[in-house]
Amino acid sequence: MILKMVFKSLRQHLLSTTITSFSIALAGGLILSVWVIKDQSNAAFTGVNAGFDAVLGARSSKLQLVLNSIFHVEASPGNLALEDYEDIKKHPGVEHAIPIAVGDNFKGFRLVGTLPELFTDTEYSEGKKYATLPGGRWMDTSRREAVVGGFAATQLGLKVGDTFHPYHGLLFDEEKQHAETYVVVGVMELTNTPADRVIWIPLAGLQKMSGHDPKTANDISAVLVKLRNPQAGFRLDLMYNKQGDRLTLAWPIDQIMAQLFSKIGWFDRVLEMIAYLVAVVAAGSVLAGIYNSMNERKRDIAILRALGAGRRVIFGSVVLESTAISIIGMIMAFGVYAIIFSTAAAVIRVQTGVVLTLGTWHPALLWTPLGMILLGAITGCVPAIKAYRTHVAENLIPVS
Amino acid sequence: MALLEIKQLKKRYRTPENKLHTVLDVPAFQMEAEQQVALCGESGTGKTTFLHLIAGILSADEGEILLDGTDLHKLSEANRDRLRANQIGYIFQTFNLLQGYTCLENVMLGMSFGPGVDKDYASQLLIRVGMQDRMHHYPRQLSTGQQQRVAVARALANRPKLVLADEPTGNLDNTRAEEALHLIREACKENKAALLLVSHDWHILNAFEHCQDLASLNKATREEKRA
Repeated sequence: MILKMVFKSLRQHLLSTTITSFSIALAGGLILSVWVIKDQSNAAFTGVNAGFDAVLGARSSKLQLVLNSIFHVEASPGNLALEDYEDIKKHPGVEHAIPIAVGDNFKGFRLVGTLPELFTDTEYSEGKKYATLPGGRWMDTSRREAVVGGFAATQLGLKVGDTFHPYHGLLFDEEKQHAETYVVVGVMELTNTPADRVIWIPLAGLQKMSGHDPKTANDISAVLVKLRNPQAGFRLDLMYNKQGDRLTLAWPIDQIMAQLFSKIGWFDRVLEMIAYLVAVVAAGSVLAGIYNSMNERKRDIAILRALGAGRRVIFGSVVLESTAISIIGMIMAFGVYAIIFSTAAAVIRVQTGVVLTLGTWHPALLWTPLGMILLGAITGCVPAIKAYRTHVAENLIPVS
Repeated sequence: MALLEIKQLKKRYRTPENKLHTVLDVPAFQMEAEQQVALCGESGTGKTTFLHLIAGILSADEGEILLDGTDLHKLSEANRDRLRANQIGYIFQTFNLLQGYTCLENVMLGMSFGPGVDKDYASQLLIRVGMQDRMHHYPRQLSTGQQQRVAVARALANRPKLVLADEPTGNLDNTRAEEALHLIREACKENKAALLLVSHDWHILNAFEHCQDLASLNKATREEKRA
């Protein structure tokens, strides 16, 4: 019957119940989103390395090199000579070295010039190799052929057999169209990595695109390096970063990304603080909603007491009501979380190609509802004390 | 043994001037099982306070209230609540039905604090008081007379030994008051419950075989008048 009392009270105060539940939903959804998006994106970004251990590029920041070469965002810090690629390729500690060149786009999607070995000889993740969808193949380096990343193909509506004219620069400008025509010979299977956002063409094609400076026709933007062992990384780091002053070796990639996340960790904490603040405000709204209704409920409480309801029953029913509002709110919170997460994931995917998955387990999915429900129950204690102290005789006085 | 026995019962209130004012001083009062007693008294003579003390809603400052041999005021508040739920039915002047509950739910709610909810018995009681067609109506959908009938059913829901009725006809016109009184008395008789009714309406009081003036029981009122 106590549950029925709680249900009746929630229904009698439907507007207040709805508003306070929604505020809980908003707070719960925000906390869930902040925690899950933060941790998932951290894991996703530090886990993305395209199957390589290091990036060799022009003297610049390591982060810029990684962002440009692995995540295909940011501008290239500069070029390096083809000989630099050949040098590192010959290094005994290097298993694979793949050159890439950037500088053009098609409707905002980056064109990356590379060698077919990137697709045939390397894995983008442990045990996972790049593949084209049925009917496609890798490009022939002697022709103007392109293989389009799965996400880019969907967004651009490109399929095998389609042709396109690249545009100069990394940002789309209609007036900077190149004369060359490329034929799509393959669409890649989705990898859920930044590679999905790239249109891959032969290295020479990009180097020798019309309008590019002929003096830099043999230059490349970076070299993706797969090492045989970590010791090779130390040796190369010493050689390029400490003893040399012309090139930069960004190694190890995951640590460079982790450093980025630790640098912007304060932003996560600000978001967390905002989410917690919203939770406190939401709990306060539950408290205010129930507490303010206590005056109008005094008579009902007195009647219940006169019927034999003990103080503890009254106290418990108010705490349960507050808890029920939190439970309803937290059920809605998962909807709010799904909306926020999906929106954020879509933006992150469009901008970086990194995919965040909504259904992935995170401890916050358990402790946030439990915490919010507990907070609701604790909050309910304040009006419950007021209800507990309701003077029966005084509130049974007939009212006309 | 008497069902209800009161000895040297005193209740005082603190006035706004911070003085103790004795509102009730009843040296002795008793009722037998199934007996129906009316108490009369003008407003302010402590009728409601007297019923609240018997029901255990208020605590006495002195004296004893023995209900079926149990001294109410030696019990903890929780046990008093339990005893009230199980052994006392209360009918109020303004009926005090819970507005968010249907007639049937109002009756069942009273049961939930006592021996347990018995939906069939709750329905039977509502049929007995003539509310068979209104069981799922809310109090706001009922006339005052109908609300009082539901209140009677609720008071009898836990098969109490004693029903306390505080001006139960105060909000009804003469015809309905007589009907309501008849119903309360008959329903109590059928359920073997004693009835202690307080009223200031002599028309109602005259219907009782046992009728006492609270002023004559209450020394506090007598002394006030003397003063």
